[in-house]
Amino acid sequence: MRAVTWAGRNTVEVRDVPDPVMLNSRDAIVRVTSTAICGSDLHLLNGYVPTMQDGDVMGHEFMGEVVEVGPGVDPARLSVGDRVIVPFPIACGACNACAAELYSCCENSNPNAGMAEKLFGHPTAGIFGYSHLTGGFAGGQAQYVRVPFADVGPLRIESDLTDEQVLFLTDVLPTAYMGAEMCDIQPTDVVAVWGAGPIGQLAMDSARVLGAAHVIAIDKEPYRLRMAEQAGYTVINFDEVDVRSRLLELTAGRGPDKCVDAVGLEADHGSPHVRLYDKAKQTLRMETDRPHALRQAILSCRSGGIVSVVGVYGGLIDKFPAGAWMNRSLTLRTGQCHVHRYLKPLLQRIERGEIDPTRIITHTFPLDEAPRGYEIFKHKQDDCEKVVLKP
Amino acid sequence: MTSGTAERPRARALGWVSLGLGVAQLVAPKAVRRLSGVGDSRTSKVMVPLVGARELVHAAGLLAGKRTGPWAWTRVAGDAMDLFSLGVALAHRHGQRRMRLLAVTGAVVGITVADVRTALRTTQGGTMELTAATTVRKPPPDVYAFWRRLDNLPNFMAHLDEVRVTSDRTSHWVATAPFDRTVEWDAEIVDEVPGDRIAWRSLPGADVPNRGEVRFTPAPDGVSTEVRVRMTYELPAGGLGKLLARYFGEEPHQQLDDDLRRFKQVMETGEVVRSDGAPWGKRARHEFPQRPAQPLTREELDQIEPKGALV
Ligand SMILES: NC(=O)c1ccc[n+]([C@@H]2O[C@H](COP(=O)([O-])OP(=O)(O)OC[C@H]3O[C@@H](n4cnc5c(N)ncnc54)[C@H](O)[C@@H]3O)[C@@H](O)[C@H]2O)c1
Ligand SMILES: [Zn+2]
Ligand SMILES: [Zn+2]
Repeated sequence: MRAVTWAGRNTVEVRDVPDPVMLNSRDAIVRVTSTAICGSDLHLLNGYVPTMQDGDVMGHEFMGEVVEVGPGVDPARLSVGDRVIVPFPIACGACNACAAELYSCCENSNPNAGMAEKLFGHPTAGIFGYSHLTGGFAGGQAQYVRVPFADVGPLRIESDLTDEQVLFLTDVLPTAYMGAEMCDIQPTDVVAVWGAGPIGQLAMDSARVLGAAHVIAIDKEPYRLRMAEQAGYTVINFDEVDVRSRLLELTAGRGPDKCVDAVGLEADHGSPHVRLYDKAKQTLRMETDRPHALRQAILSCRSGGIVSVVGVYGGLIDKFPAGAWMNRSLTLRTGQCHVHRYLKPLLQRIERGEIDPTRIITHTFPLDEAPRGYEIFKHKQDDCEKVVLKP
Repeated sequence: MTSGTAERPRARALGWVSLGLGVAQLVAPKAVRRLSGVGDSRTSKVMVPLVGARELVHAAGLLAGKRTGPWAWTRVAGDAMDLFSLGVALAHRHGQRRMRLLAVTGAVVGITVADVRTALRTTQGGTMELTAATTVRKPPPDVYAFWRRLDNLPNFMAHLDEVRVTSDRTSHWVATAPFDRTVEWDAEIVDEVPGDRIAWRSLPGADVPNRGEVRFTPAPDGVSTEVRVRMTYELPAGGLGKLLARYFGEEPHQQLDDDLRRFKQVMETGEVVRSDGAPWGKRARHEFPQRPAQPLTREELDQIEPKGALV
C-alpha cells in the first residue's frame, strides 16, 4: 500500500510499504478514506520529538471503513463494513487510567512504556504514527491502518455526515474542546487563546460554546488572525504589538481570566533576542522545547486564573516563570487529549450544528501529494490552515 | 512501576553534587575557571561549559533514582575526564595558580574515590536481589489464581520458555540464559496463602539457585491489587555467573519491570500488546532503534512468536 513515511528530519516521503497485518486479537484493519496533517506532525517532521525512525508511517488523524476484525472483538461493538473515526491515543479500556477516563495515559497500550517511563517518570499511552516513544505504531496517513483495541476506541458513524464533518473528532476538535473545558469557563470570562492554528481556532469555538463572555486570538499569521476575526473573535498580532500590554488594555488591567496555550514547543517570539536565545538552547539540546507562548500565558493570566495547555511539550523547558505561577495562585492544567471521553458529546454538537469543524479546512490533496501538504502547512503558504489527505 | 536496590541515598547525594557543579559551570563558567585555577585559555573556555552540560546529564540520570549502577559509572568516566584535563592544566601552571589547581585536583581525586566505591557497590555481588511492583485492576483472588498457575508465567516473563507443573508443589522450569544458552531447574513452592502470597525456590542442583516471592495486597481503590515481586539469584562463580552478571549488570531492574508490565497487560487486556515497531511480544528487548513503525512483511510475521490471545 501507499503510506506517508518519515524520511529523516524535514522530509516525508510517500512510499510503498506492506499492507497491515493483525498482531493482537482485538485488532481491526481500517481502509482509510480521509486523514489529516496535524501541528503535532510538524513537531515530528522538524525533529523535535525523539525516537522517530526512517520509514515510520505518519498520521494520527484518520477515519475509514473496517475491513477486518480480530477474533477478540465483540461483533456487536465493531464489525466489517462499519464506518468509523479512530481516536489518536490507543487505550485498552481496562486499566486504572482508562477507568478514570484518562485515555491518553493508558497503562497498557504502549509496548515501549519503559522508554516513555524514563523520559516522563511514568509511561503514557500508545499513539498512532507518533514516534517509538509512544509505541511505534504505524500511522493512518496510508491506505490501510491497523487499529489495536478496536473494541474500545473507534466510534461508528451511522448518520450521513461527510468525512470532513466528523474527521476532526479523531483529534483536533476534542483536543481544542478539552483545552476550553479545562478552563472551567464562567459566563463572565475573558478567554485568551495563544495560536490560531487548527487547535486554536476550534478552542476559540469551544470557549464560545461553553459560554465565555469574550474570546481573544493571539498569533502572527495575518490569514489565521483573519480567520479568527471572521469567526467573531478579537485578535492580537504578536509580531506587531506587545501581547501582555494589549491584553491588559482589553481587560482593563485584569488580564484574561483563562488562557489556552495552543502553540506548544515550537513557539515563535516577537522579540528576535528571546527567539534566538531559545532557538540556540534548543539546538544545543540544553532545552528541548521553546515555551514562549506558555511563559506569556502565565505572565498575562489574571491572579487565580487557569492556564490550560494543549500545545505539545516533549522534554525540558527553561525559564519557566514559577514565581508568577506560584505567587499569583494560577492553576496549570494540561494533557494529551483523552479523546474517547469527548466522542459522543462532540458528535452530537456537530449534528446539532453548534460547532462546524469544517471551517478550518483549506486544502484537500490526494495522499501522494502529502509532501506538498506538509510543506505549505509548515511554512504557512497559500493561506494553509488544515490539510486533508484522500488515500 | 517501581523497583529498587539499596545504594540510593549515596548515589542521590552525588546527583545533587552533579547538579550543583553543572549549574555553576554553565551559568558562571568564568568564576569556576578562576576559582579552580584553570584560567582563560581557549581550551578551558570550551571545556568548562561542556563539562557543565555533562554534569547536568549525570544529574538527570542519578536523581531519576533507578538504575544507579550504570549512571554511577558515567560519573567515574567523567571524573577520569576531569583528572585528565586537570593534569594537562597542572603541567602548564606555576605559583599561586598551580596551588589552587592542586587543591582542586585533590578534591576531584576524593570525589573519584567516592564515585568508584558507589559504582562498585551497585554492580558487584554474588547474590542479586531484584524487586518490582505494579498495580493490577483485578481483585487479589483473581491475580493470585493467575500467578499460582505457574505455567502462565512464561506468557509474560521474557526469559522463561516453559514452566511445567509436576505436582501440587513442584514444577520444572526452562529458561533461556543470555547468548542462547538454556538452563533448567526444578522448583518447589515453600509458602503460599491463597489470595495473599506465593513463595518458591529452586531445588538443590540448579545451575543458578534462585528464589522468588510475590505478594498480593488490596489497593486503596477497593478494586485493584498491588503486586510486589522479589527475585533472588545466587550467581555462580565462573562462566555462566559472569555472563548473567554482565547481562543483568546494565539494567538490573529493567527486565523484572518489563515482566510485570506484561503481567499487568495480560491480566487486564488478555494479551501482550504489540506494535509495528515492537511486534515481538514478550521478547521486545530492543528499545531503540527498533524496526520502523510500518506494517510487517508476511515473512516477518511468520518469524514472531504465536500472535494473538495468550490466556
Ligand atoms: N494535547 C493534545 O492532545 C494535542 C493534540 C493535537 C495537537 N496538539 C498540539 O497543539 C499545538 C497546535 O496544533 P496546530 O495543529 O494548531 O498547529 P499549528 O502549527 O498549525 O498552529 C500553531 C500556531 O501557533 C502560532 N504561534 C507560534 N508562536 C506563537 C506565540 N508565541 N504566540 C501565539 N501564537 C504562536 C503559529 O503561528 C501557528 O499559527 C501543537 O503543539 C500540537 O502538537 C496537542
Ligand atoms: Zn493531531
Ligand atoms: Zn488502559
